[in-house]
Amino acid sequence: MEWILALAIGVLAGSGVWLLLRPRTFQFIMGLALLGYAVNLFIFAMGRLRVDAPPVIDPAWADPARYADPLPQALVLTAIVIGFATTALFLVVLLASRGMSDTDHVDGEEHRP
Amino acid sequence: MNPWLQHLPVLPVLIPLLAGALMLLTRDSQRRLRVTLGAVALGLMALTALMLVRATQGIGAPHWPDGIGVYLLGNWPAPFGIVLVADRLAALMLGLTAVLGLCAWIYATARWDRAGSHFHPLFLLIMMGLNGAFLAGDLFNLFVFFEILLTASYGLMLHGSGKRRVGAALHYIAVNLIASFLLLVAIALIYGLTGTLNLADLSVRALALHGADRQLFDSAAAILGAAFLIKAAAWPLNFWLPNTYSEAAAPVAALFAIMTKVGIYALLRIGSLLLPAGAPAAFGGAWMFPAGIATLAFGTLGMLASTQARRIAAYAIITSSGTLFAALGMPGATLTGPALYYLLSSVLALGALFLLLELTERSQSFGADMLAITQEAFESDDPGAADLSGQAVGVPLPATMAFLGLSFFACALLIIGLPPLSGFVAKFSLLSAALRTAEYGAPTVNVWLLVAAMLSSGVAGLIALGRCGVRLFWVPEDLHVPTLRLNEAIPILVLLSACVLLTARAGSVMAYLEDTAWYLDQPGRYVEAVLGQDPHVFPAPDAGHGGRR
Repeated sequence: MEWILALAIGVLAGSGVWLLLRPRTFQFIMGLALLGYAVNLFIFAMGRLRVDAPPVIDPAWADPARYADPLPQALVLTAIVIGFATTALFLVVLLASRGMSDTDHVDGEEHRP
Repeated sequence: MNPWLQHLPVLPVLIPLLAGALMLLTRDSQRRLRVTLGAVALGLMALTALMLVRATQGIGAPHWPDGIGVYLLGNWPAPFGIVLVADRLAALMLGLTAVLGLCAWIYATARWDRAGSHFHPLFLLIMMGLNGAFLAGDLFNLFVFFEILLTASYGLMLHGSGKRRVGAALHYIAVNLIASFLLLVAIALIYGLTGTLNLADLSVRALALHGADRQLFDSAAAILGAAFLIKAAAWPLNFWLPNTYSEAAAPVAALFAIMTKVGIYALLRIGSLLLPAGAPAAFGGAWMFPAGIATLAFGTLGMLASTQARRIAAYAIITSSGTLFAALGMPGATLTGPALYYLLSSVLALGALFLLLELTERSQSFGADMLAITQEAFESDDPGAADLSGQAVGVPLPATMAFLGLSFFACALLIIGLPPLSGFVAKFSLLSAALRTAEYGAPTVNVWLLVAAMLSSGVAGLIALGRCGVRLFWVPEDLHVPTLRLNEAIPILVLLSACVLLTARAGSVMAYLEDTAWYLDQPGRYVEAVLGQDPHVFPAPDAGHGGRR
């Protein structure tokens, strides 16, 4: 499972960075979304990978060592919300820029060789 | 003691949050209501910041051991619950934010707040983010408050619209989104390694790491440092800054003068807390000093190469960041006090300069036209704009050009670091402290590199601002005297007189800052205060009868 998750994060982050370096705003926002997924998965993985383990613990009858760490799950939720909001905001700016400059180049103008 | 005073550290976050949320319930046309709310909120924030500064000195109401106020949100003890920590450094930054924010806001009420929608709520939310970032006692809340202030800053950056501004904002937002992802990766790694996000707890647990864990922790800290270096505009991560700052609306750019300092604050705070464990590269001299010198050189060249006044001011921000990096990257804590003094003086001066440049550009008649067009575009169907006609005419103040010229001269003196104002005191104390570090074994090359870089940035500032002043004020043909409103002149006066006050009271200010530096060098006290803070015990209902259940 570690391999699959690590590969998934790596591929997502790699494609994300590649897209970020492209000149079109749409490619940029796609790259941002992919990078966001990679980061969120990464935060999630930092709570160690556990399957079928409930996150909420009652120490009276349970051994905390047998349970998944709930904190990264809370963190990732916050990160997802913030990432979603900022991406949406960026989309608006992107459309505004597209409307004002008549191009989807990130610099607002075409660079012709 | 008034029991309500224990809630003092949370007020800088709560006041702007409540006021900003209330404003969202009002319409843009109910401008008077918004302005009243904003004035009350910003006034209260300034008062709170003043009380916090006094409390951390041991004067005034809440008595905190060591002057470190720890506020447990939700009343959970430190490593588990969320804490806000108000120590000297945080109180200082809160005070600076309050002064700068108030001035930029007063300036904006003259006309800029009507150049788009929701200026006031966004302004209060950015203040909340700034205050929260200075108070946050754990990494994740630091990230959350960073996001709040950045999101609000995106809105403010776009305020006034226009093609060039949207283009600059696009780059600004893109860079900051990526920096936020870096921050998240670093925070996740640190949590995975140490199992804590609380800064004080982290300071303790980092000691126990060794071997591969320590190496991984160092790389996590390096990523964290890179994220903060982007926010603080260190070369080569600062190419977004000149465009952003020169395109932003004047009051927004003035407020942004403190935004780069948030990154420096975070580096300073985390660097200080990781000292016992051996500060990782990004927070120690290994990265900060070379980055600082490179940033200084970049800012210096940029100032010389710029033709527009606003771009010169933007590069001056980079120069001030570079000076701070280089000073904080020197070994020991000798330079921390003078560096903080420089921070105060340069933020106030740069804020004033951004406000001033917009006023002087009005005399060139070009900028004024542009502004009038944007205003018209937004005002055309606004029913609340009836009272605008009187303000558009404005009250011509006597000797407007003299005021503008003298203020520009004062700003230039402050930024270049010439006597008699606080810029000189700051640079002089930085240089003399740098020369003193040579005695403690700092590499002599570094000391002279710092001295040379700072002096040449001063010379470059003199040339650039001198040239800029000549072009702005000594061209009588096409100069028409702009109308200046009182609420545009007062903020500049306040900012500049704050600098004069800094100069006049340099001794006591410097004593406070040296104290701050000493506490930063002794992170043990911060850690003790945070981890030792017991939750508030509520008296049992039957406590009055002396018996327990």
